[in-house]
Amino acid sequence: MDERRLRILVAKPGLDGHDRGAKIIARALRDGGFEVIYTGLHQTPEMIAEAAVQEDVDAVGLSVLSGAHMTLFPEVIRLLKERGADDVAVFGGGIIPGDDARELGTMGVKQIFTPGATTEEIIKWVHENVHPRQ
Amino acid sequence: MTSKREWLEHTYRGAAERPARFTTLSDLELEPLYGPEDRAGDYDEKIGYPGQYPYTRGVYGSMYRGKLWTMRQFAGFGLAADTNARFHFLLSQGQTGLSTAFDMPALMGYDADHERAQGEVGREGVSVSSIHDMLALFDRIPLAEVTTSMTINCTASIVLAMYLVVAEHQGVPWERLSGTIQNDMLKEFIAQREWISPPAPSLRIVIDMIEFCAKRVPRWHPVSISGYHIREAGSTAVQELAFTLADGICYVEEAIRRGLAVDDFAPRLSFFWDLHNDFLEEIAKLRAARRMWAHLMKERFGAKDPRSLMLRTHAQTAGVSLTAQQPMNNIVRVAIQALAGVLGGTQSLHTNSMDETYALPTEEAVMVALRTQQIIADETGVANTIDPLGGSYAIEALTDRMEREAQHYIDRIDEAGGMLKAIERGYPQREIAEAAFNYQRQLEQGVKIVVGVNKYHNEGDAPVETLRIDPAMEKHQVARVREMKRSRNAGAVGDALRRVAEACRSGENLMEPICAAVRGEATIGEISDVFRSEFGVYTDPGWL
Repeated sequence: MDERRLRILVAKPGLDGHDRGAKIIARALRDGGFEVIYTGLHQTPEMIAEAAVQEDVDAVGLSVLSGAHMTLFPEVIRLLKERGADDVAVFGGGIIPGDDARELGTMGVKQIFTPGATTEEIIKWVHENVHPRQ
Repeated sequence: MTSKREWLEHTYRGAAERPARFTTLSDLELEPLYGPEDRAGDYDEKIGYPGQYPYTRGVYGSMYRGKLWTMRQFAGFGLAADTNARFHFLLSQGQTGLSTAFDMPALMGYDADHERAQGEVGREGVSVSSIHDMLALFDRIPLAEVTTSMTINCTASIVLAMYLVVAEHQGVPWERLSGTIQNDMLKEFIAQREWISPPAPSLRIVIDMIEFCAKRVPRWHPVSISGYHIREAGSTAVQELAFTLADGICYVEEAIRRGLAVDDFAPRLSFFWDLHNDFLEEIAKLRAARRMWAHLMKERFGAKDPRSLMLRTHAQTAGVSLTAQQPMNNIVRVAIQALAGVLGGTQSLHTNSMDETYALPTEEAVMVALRTQQIIADETGVANTIDPLGGSYAIEALTDRMEREAQHYIDRIDEAGGMLKAIERGYPQREIAEAAFNYQRQLEQGVKIVVGVNKYHNEGDAPVETLRIDPAMEKHQVARVREMKRSRNAGAVGDALRRVAEACRSGENLMEPICAAVRGEATIGEISDVFRSEFGVYTDPGWL
């Protein structure tokens, strides 16, 4: 059977330029055997939701280090839903305090990785938790 | 008498050696020992004396015996009034200069009421949209007496104009203003990644500011050529050194092409280095930078004024080295990094707060960071002797090594046609991404160690108290900006913005028209919109 590789959009919303983590994760996921699309910096939630649909991805990984995570994550989730893509798994990482991470979990964010998470851990999580969309 | 080679063969080889790679943080392999055999070149030519060419031992004759470094803590959050209160607090605690952090919307050219500013107002720095915010930010701060540093780049021309207008309100002539605006656009494309327009017009604005300041604000540093962000983006120390000096070369070349004489502007160029964990490597980096810049300015650009040859610098401990795990350990990291900065001969210093991996720092954490500098200055005794590590075999060998390796990069950039071209092709960007990826791999393999993260980690670290920004602040600021836009003279604002657009097109120096525009209440977002329509918008190529 021809099993298609998982497609992942690594996205960097917000105005800040902290892209070191996003680029390392994108590269590690690609080396880990996934198809990876990296948006580049300064994306709006609309641009990210649109790219997720256009590129037909199975998951979106958001990197936020600006403190605007409580605005940006819920907005991406809302816009995916609006486009009928609420089965796209949304995960993320960055400078995100524990309380905020828990709250984001209740809003539909599948997993938050915080500083110190290894690329290996993230690849393993994607293998176990992201499934091809039907 | 034993030679180093004999010692290696007869004594060292027989002794135990840990099964480790003995490398610097940047992965330069180190010899077990350095001795007189490793010294290269003439003492006067390579090391010399403080305040004398090539300034390896320091730019000033008496260094910290004359004046301690400026203790300059970077601060900015919330509304202008909040940051103003923090400024007054820091000055009351013995800080000797101000340093302003602006929020992301201001840094990227959006007003607080713009859709793209949503959720980011006052988060990573202070919210500034118009001259009214700037007046509140420097309320009761005597601009003739303090030196102010402002970390802002693609909108630097607008914020400098606002600062000049605040000075007018205080009745302080521009000639008396002293401070620094970061305004290093080349490293934005390389590393920090805050931009509006493409590299070439961005560089033109930087040169406009260098030219304008040389003529009108002569004590101001119009650009702080910054390695900090290059390092924080994941470069090695060698890359930080090389790319920063190459940026400096590009600014000097462009300013000369503009028709300025090198000695008319070079004395006001300043630098900004990162202070990372590898103690000896960082000291060597600062010493190598001074020597290399002195050579470049004298030999390549023919500078005659000794001040043109002196690399004066700010330094900041490495934000990227702080860990979310066991955050108290960060106090120790910062202390060691700060000591490297002082032993490396910095002119001013920011020490990070231990809680900055979580959020902007609390007042208590900032206090410990400032006290760290004061302990180094007043208790350790290191400021009593100039360049106390100068002449150390290891330090001098490492200084030579940094210089050699960095020069190799600079040669490659020269061959590629200079830094602007190299950036347009993504060369430094890719080199840094590669280094960052390698470092991450080494961390995960345990080749490089971070205490509390990949060694000696504890489960369930107790979280530290962090500074919380009240979301009501954003609403308040948005309302304020909208009200200001409703009540001002819209016709006059439109005229002033058209004057800025004309200067963009004609090539006339942009600073006068921008000063006029901010005086007439035009905002950061509106003037940035002029840049967008006149120069175009740069988007991230998304290179991995």
